Amino acid sequence: MGNGALTKAEMAERLFDEMGLNKREAKELVEQFFEEIRQSLENNEQVKLSGFGNFDLRDKRERPGRNPKTGEEIPIQARRVVTFRPGQKLKSRVEGYAGTES
Amino acid sequence: MTKSELIERIAAKQTQLSVKDIELTVKAIISYMSESLAEGGRIEIRGFGSFSLHYRAPRIGRNPKTGEAVELKGKHVPHFKAGKELRDRVNDSLQRERS
Repeated sequence: MGNGALTKAEMAERLFDEMGLNKREAKELVEQFFEEIRQSLENNEQVKLSGFGNFDLRDKRERPGRNPKTGEEIPIQARRVVTFRPGQKLKSRVEGYAGTES
Repeated sequence: MTKSELIERIAAKQTQLSVKDIELTVKAIISYMSESLAEGGRIEIRGFGSFSLHYRAPRIGRNPKTGEAVELKGKHVPHFKAGKELRDRVNDSLQRERS
């Protein structure tokens, strides 16, 4: 994975350092955190983490598509997708980030 | 599911840790993620997805009430891209409902 990105391993390491959990517990809880969110979304249930944001589900209807290589028409199947809506607190925290344009 | 429901659901499957420990842990994970984005970092969770910042260029906006032009500064906004496992599991749930 990319340089300097926050990963599950890093989160577990910090929980071990800062929260006094043992390494196994820390790793397990990080895994459970994301698995519970996946399960909720998989059950078509929105996830609202106040202060961070909401994970919403949207059903997309089938629509005509095209194979970009061959130009052949193939319908894009109806599908369900996850969208993330950052909360106000997170939005204001990142808004002022003055780093390079990404 | 709200944050407190998330805490309860994790607690229901945990035997060693107290609900209080789990609550503090969930809050810590969320704060690590917010902090990382606030510092311009990325978050990469395999099987779940990645969070990064997208830049919005400065633009001239309008006050919808008065129609007056307002200069809006460039800013960063959080962006999430679902990972393959999450995308597939969510989409499979739709296909199951339909069959």
